[in-house]
Amino acid sequence: MSAPRLLEIAGLKVHFKTDDGWVRAVDGVDIGVDAGETLCVVGESGCGKTVTAKTILKLIDMPPGRIVAGSITWQGRDLVPMTGAQMRAIRTKQIGFIFQEPMTSLNPVYTVGEQIAEAVRMHEGLSRRAAMDRAAEMLSLVHIPNAARRVHDYPHQFSGGMRQRVMIAMALSCNPKLIIADEPTTALDVTIQAQILDLMNEMKEKLGTAILLITHAMGVVAETAQRVVVMYAGKVVEEAPVGPLFATPRHPYTQGLIRSIPRLDLAATEHKRLEAIPGTVPSLLDPPPGCRFAARCRFAQAECRSAEPPLRELATGHKVACHFAESIAA
Amino acid sequence: MAGSIPASATASPAAASRPRVGPWKEAWRRFRKHRLAVVSAVVLAMLVLAVLIGPLVWRVPIDEIDFTARLAGPSWEHPLGTDDLGQDLLARMLYGGRISLAVGVTAMFVAVGLGVLIGSIAGMAGGKLDAALMWVTDLFLSLPQLPVLLLIIYLFRDSLKDVVGPEMGVFILIVTVIGLFNWMPVARLVRAQFFSLREKEFVEAARALGASRIRLVVRHILPNALGPVIVAATIDVAAAIIAESTLSFLGLGFPPDIPTWGRLLFDAKDNLDFAPHWALFPGLAIFLAVVTINFVGDGLRDALDPRRVQ
Repeated sequence: MSAPRLLEIAGLKVHFKTDDGWVRAVDGVDIGVDAGETLCVVGESGCGKTVTAKTILKLIDMPPGRIVAGSITWQGRDLVPMTGAQMRAIRTKQIGFIFQEPMTSLNPVYTVGEQIAEAVRMHEGLSRRAAMDRAAEMLSLVHIPNAARRVHDYPHQFSGGMRQRVMIAMALSCNPKLIIADEPTTALDVTIQAQILDLMNEMKEKLGTAILLITHAMGVVAETAQRVVVMYAGKVVEEAPVGPLFATPRHPYTQGLIRSIPRLDLAATEHKRLEAIPGTVPSLLDPPPGCRFAARCRFAQAECRSAEPPLRELATGHKVACHFAESIAA
Repeated sequence: MAGSIPASATASPAAASRPRVGPWKEAWRRFRKHRLAVVSAVVLAMLVLAVLIGPLVWRVPIDEIDFTARLAGPSWEHPLGTDDLGQDLLARMLYGGRISLAVGVTAMFVAVGLGVLIGSIAGMAGGKLDAALMWVTDLFLSLPQLPVLLLIIYLFRDSLKDVVGPEMGVFILIVTVIGLFNWMPVARLVRAQFFSLREKEFVEAARALGASRIRLVVRHILPNALGPVIVAATIDVAAAIIAESTLSFLGLGFPPDIPTWGRLLFDAKDNLDFAPHWALFPGLAIFLAVVTINFVGDGLRDALDPRRVQ
């Protein structure tokens, strides 16, 4: 890479201590985000997407969590050794975070305006009045009707989609360079999902904010991402620009994910069953040696079960962690 | 606005006319539905008003001795009768009520303050500190309260009296001692609330906004834990009033020239046969205060319980 990236995660390992031993939730992940781009991280539940996202802002509980290895370089500075106070100054001010559950992510005892204003006041030291003005401004930016009046409403007076708009407004309130969105549409119904994704795209264009979008829905990926990182069992298995990823997925897991999307362009007469990936994610307590996907992979050879495949660059910007990436066509 | 996405249009017309519904307004609306609580609140308010402005209206001195009217029953001259020195009981009760209620409220603040402090430290810290604090809580819960109370007051009353005067000294002592023995339920309550609240998404969201630990506790967790604490606080007022009465009745509370309701009962007990009114009225006052406070607490419990939606 030529220019230094906005965010560069290298060799990140986050483990959690449990009664049964250390769970290796994130086990050597490299992810880079450039300014102004949307990067999607996809994978099924329990593959370490959310942990990776929360670790960037150090929002995981430590203990039981622990950053075992790796670095998180934000604009040239490593976040891993930073103190609590240094991290607080970065949260929202430089990196915003949008949560999965809009219904419960707002404090029920304050008006939405007060909550947005709190962020602004903490980071920019504005007066109460100026902060409330900014809150109203932010609400109208995310297209909440009657924003000037709605700032004085309580969260329970908003619907799920509207609350997610409030959360986006809050994350954007201090004009951060990056927004991390952890499955922001999972808890919403489909029409609202589309609205929220459109809104995030619009905000990205208007404000030039980069977005790191965590999701398990390939549809969301196709709609928003420029680049995609596919995670499986705490590791990155494939990384590619969005076009090549859907056109020529190289990793069997990515191929499985794409085949499991219902397709409307196939004739109903073909009555093909929707494909699913058999099995489940292996336990991260004691992950199997070799490729972690081997147990579920139909191409798996003996080598897959013994040697761990490194992440190799096959084409420009297209990296795959599979021994047989060249031989298995999509 | 090209490319903008209007949010669902249904919200806009309604938002213009609908009144704002804050959580406190909502609680008040629910409180009003609890009839007994509303009646109790009115009675309690009258009691407090009587105690506050009564002495200004009923200007009989509390220590005016009149041997011609010893142990007299209620009359126009003495509406609640007199005691064995012919002192007017209404005046004494109005004056003593101030102290009884003040003791109740202040001791509640001591108990709740201590309870909230210990409960939130335990709930936030978890682990060993939590275990240690809960051990102390259990220790206090298992102490035989009355004997310890009597011992503390017996030991410290005189030395404190010398420092801040008899009235203030006993007041401070009693309030501290009652508060010191009533914080445990509040601490447990707050700790339990913290355990569930600190895992809530909005707390994590506030963390993602850059809020410090103290800010999380004070601005985000504590206000959400306040409902049950307010209920416990009202009950604590009642408990403190009873405790003060008990102490005074045992002769270890306020001195005879400060006629709290409990002290009046203590003085009346020897003359129960000839002057039942002497004990009846202070007893009634204590009963009324405690019962109404408990009902108000009941109403608040219903009003502030988020699970109740009516």
